[in-house]
Amino acid sequence: MLEAIIAGLGGLVVGFKLLFVNWQNLIMLGVGGVLLWLGIKKDCEPLLLVPIGFGCILVNIPMSDVMLKDGFIRTIYDAGVDTELFPLLIFIGIGAMTDFGPVLAQPYTFLLGAAGQFGIFLTLLVALWLGFPKLDAVSIGIIGACDGPTAIYVTSKYAPHLLGAVAVAAYSYMSLVPVLQPPIMRLLTTEKEKKTVMKFTAKPVSKTTKLLFPIVITVVGGCIAPKGLPLLATIMLGNLMKESGVVARLTGAAENEIANVVTLFLGLSIGATMAGPAFIRAETLIILALGFMAICLDTVCGVLFGKVLYIVTGGKINPLIGAAGISAFPMAARVVQKVGSQYNKKSYLLMHAMGANAGGQIGSVIAAAVMLSVLAGMGVIR
Amino acid sequence: MEMDNFTFGITMLVAGMGGTLVTLGLLSLMMAGLGKLFPYKEEDGKEG
Repeated sequence: MLEAIIAGLGGLVVGFKLLFVNWQNLIMLGVGGVLLWLGIKKDCEPLLLVPIGFGCILVNIPMSDVMLKDGFIRTIYDAGVDTELFPLLIFIGIGAMTDFGPVLAQPYTFLLGAAGQFGIFLTLLVALWLGFPKLDAVSIGIIGACDGPTAIYVTSKYAPHLLGAVAVAAYSYMSLVPVLQPPIMRLLTTEKEKKTVMKFTAKPVSKTTKLLFPIVITVVGGCIAPKGLPLLATIMLGNLMKESGVVARLTGAAENEIANVVTLFLGLSIGATMAGPAFIRAETLIILALGFMAICLDTVCGVLFGKVLYIVTGGKINPLIGAAGISAFPMAARVVQKVGSQYNKKSYLLMHAMGANAGGQIGSVIAAAVMLSVLAGMGVIR
Repeated sequence: MEMDNFTFGITMLVAGMGGTLVTLGLLSLMMAGLGKLFPYKEEDGKEG
């Protein structure tokens, strides 16, 4: 009987023993802790990093069955990530939260939103050069969309084994935009360009235009890039609900209850893909480095495009607003305003930058949709 | 159609970047057109 008791008690320490055998799990428990620290103490995308960090810890506890068949996170993962449902539900919320008024008031800022996506394609090229398979390279490049749900949507569909690394890179770097962008903006612009004062002459946008905007974008964008229609349609549905003003309950649910529940489930599921043996590989570090590069390249291309507009318009456009053409809304616009005002106290770039930033929000979705449709056109995906 | 990584990358770069720029350019023109067709009126402000 004593032997049975000792054997039974031995079962309680197996997990601790395995922890030191599977060193990758031990390291990933630390990584999960770092993600929690970043979210809780450093306020870096806490809504995502806290559940991701906790999911990462859960899956790396020895003999954890949360991601095995019928495990509770596996069930959530299969229902919402594997089916690409969660990122789309989050997009309805994003659409309901975003005011596209600034970009509608200055439609040219759509173009800055396009330039801010070029990092996606340049990074894709570098990933291919480094030897990543085609669809893996596509999923790595999409980190440059600076848009978590878009990155998750594309990666879960075409390179699910990279989901953890891509999602962590997308969300962590997005929160680092205020640190990453200013040095690039300063480096690429001259003193004269930085001091350019832009007058805000845009007129208010009519209710009809605001209502037609999501419908036109969905129909035209969907016809051009049907593979990305779910991405476009969901963000535009959220925006249509907001602008219509007649479904306040649905809008409220989309931007609060649904977005909150899905964010929790999505974060846990992504964290649970970060099991030690699968995550601790040189490939993961390369993906994190490429993700960093993608976001820097977005800023470089955005500012360079801003410089082109500066020349074309005879110095009427401050090239700094090009940096706001990414999807990190409204963080990037605030960064532009801050940097611009450091060089010229009379410079008030916020409204222009908000236009570019809202353009970047649409731009990231359009870029992903275009990318998927080009892939389908080439026969790489079905 | 099987293609090497280099051709694939360049195709994605040209078609992807070009496609994004053209699509957003087109949408910007359409939005400018909508703005002209349906200009802002005082009633819009009152409706919130």
